[in-house]
Amino acid sequence: MTSASSASATPTARRPMKYRETRRLIRTYSRSFSSMVGLVIVALFLLIAAFGPLLAPYPEDAYGAVDFSAKLLPPSPEHWFGTDQVGSDILSRVLIGARTTLQIGLTVTGIAILIGVPLGMIAGMTSGWLPEAIMRVTDIFLSIPGLILAIAIVGALGPGIGNAMVALALVWWPGYVRLVQAKTLSQRNETYVDAARALGAGPLRVVFVHVLPNCLSPIIVKASMDMGLAILAAASLGFLGLGAQPPYPEWGAMVSTGRSYLPDWWWCTLFPGLAIYFTVLGFNLMGDGLRDVLDPRQR
Amino acid sequence: MTRLILKRLGMMVVMLLGLAIITFSIANIAPGDPARLAAGPDATPEMVEQIRETRGFDKPLPVRFALYVGQLVRGDLGTSVYTGRSVSDDIAQFLPATMELVFFAITIAIVFGIPLGTLAALWQNRFPDHGIRLIAVSGAALPMFWLGLMLQWYLALELGWFPLGGRLGVFDDVPPQITGMITIDALLNGDPRTALTALWYMVLPAAALSLPALAAIIRVNRAEMLEVLGRDYVINAKAQGIGPLRITAIYAQKNAILPSLAMIGLRFGWMLGGTVLVEGVFDFPGIGLYAAKAAVSSDFEPIMAVTLILGAAFMFTNLLIDLAYAVLDPRVRNQV
Repeated sequence: MTSASSASATPTARRPMKYRETRRLIRTYSRSFSSMVGLVIVALFLLIAAFGPLLAPYPEDAYGAVDFSAKLLPPSPEHWFGTDQVGSDILSRVLIGARTTLQIGLTVTGIAILIGVPLGMIAGMTSGWLPEAIMRVTDIFLSIPGLILAIAIVGALGPGIGNAMVALALVWWPGYVRLVQAKTLSQRNETYVDAARALGAGPLRVVFVHVLPNCLSPIIVKASMDMGLAILAAASLGFLGLGAQPPYPEWGAMVSTGRSYLPDWWWCTLFPGLAIYFTVLGFNLMGDGLRDVLDPRQR
Repeated sequence: MTRLILKRLGMMVVMLLGLAIITFSIANIAPGDPARLAAGPDATPEMVEQIRETRGFDKPLPVRFALYVGQLVRGDLGTSVYTGRSVSDDIAQFLPATMELVFFAITIAIVFGIPLGTLAALWQNRFPDHGIRLIAVSGAALPMFWLGLMLQWYLALELGWFPLGGRLGVFDDVPPQITGMITIDALLNGDPRTALTALWYMVLPAAALSLPALAAIIRVNRAEMLEVLGRDYVINAKAQGIGPLRITAIYAQKNAILPSLAMIGLRFGWMLGGTVLVEGVFDFPGIGLYAAKAAVSSDFEPIMAVTLILGAAFMFTNLLIDLAYAVLDPRVRNQV
């Protein structure tokens, strides 16, 4: 965090120093082949999520268009990934499903950060019964396999993509509490925090202006990893029939439907699964790369 | 050591109570009527009212929680609305199968993960390292359920190398039930053939289940090995002319394996959750398949019971790992 501490020296020195640091980060990141592969996959995924309906050859197939004359066709130039049991083009459904997947990943990770980071800051910065209570609750949540807990919550709320997202977010936040609490604990007695206090900064200012920026890089790294994991978990719920319901174009649910058509109509299962794999792989590789750049000690 | 064990056991009781609070809250605070949830989606209003009275859902929350804990302590996990069977009986029947599968899967992950991680560290940034790291990144990204389906499709259906699913074939003799784990029961019964057959049936589900754990163990062991191999005592051992195999397998591994142990404990818990995905694919009659079926049919009490049981199993694993740490690492032992 050299940029933050040296930036306040003079306003004119600020911009060049900051850009130099950014350039250094970009250079380090781009030197790693696997990180770049991750970045390319994630960029492609974002493009598909943004323009999926325009790229899809048969966009109407994503939302339950039925054409029994074209059902279960093998991959061909007209249908690259083949067609499913109601004659929908699987490529179109995979492309349009990217948007659902992105939405799930962002929602779950976003809510988890919104719940977990403030709780982690409170647990790390204050003392007394409150941080103790926060950490105990966090420990208990972390001691239950997340997928099972999410299934239990969906069981109570009822199946559906919205409830699946809520359930995953509710099991995802404790990781952020643990991370942010550990980081703030290590920061709160640093000289720069004491200096800010001595200069008259109130507790909120200390937290938001001084401590939080120094906790950002591990949060970013974890968020990138969690995008992949949340996508995987949501696909798992979809596969179990607890997330998105067919014919909604969600990859996990597509694998689940395609399952009944194995082995003869393998393409119904293969391609949605590959889409999940590559997306998660992309976010994981990008997360690894970001960690090497932003947080080298955490390796 | 005794003090440490007692302290950890005490902590575990508190954690179990916390776990009960969580499952209780999901059932009672979640929007919707707990009596309705317990009665199942097809219940008539009269049935819901009856359940509300017999199960005490009309009483205030703290009283209900006390009733719930009392029920748990007596080993009563409720009844399934679909089969009408006691959930405790169901779990007693299905849990051993899952345990057998998960033990097998974690063994695969350890037996392959530790050596692969070590090899990758020894050949850092050379060809074997790249290959092993490819396994590691893929293992973390592959959806287990899809991997299971693909293995089943190719290795079982196309090539016929493995059975499609289940625990044993129709014509195999099921050994008399002692532990509920077929391999162990068969061995106790002096029937190694059936034990091997049962193992054979578990290869594909265990492979699908173990890949994420394998990936994680490779990563941790590789990173730790890289660090340990650069330490002074390893260089000293090298200078003393101790063979490279002895150095890596004994001197360095002793220090590198501890963080892998923590990862194994964590992954064991995740695998318990993963059985919900994999057992369904291979029609393996364990607690995961039971939970998945219950979840799809909104059969509420079995899901809550499975959450509770798997959470407790996970906590118990972590307790064992903590104690193993204390046995292996004198610094941890002497801290308490």
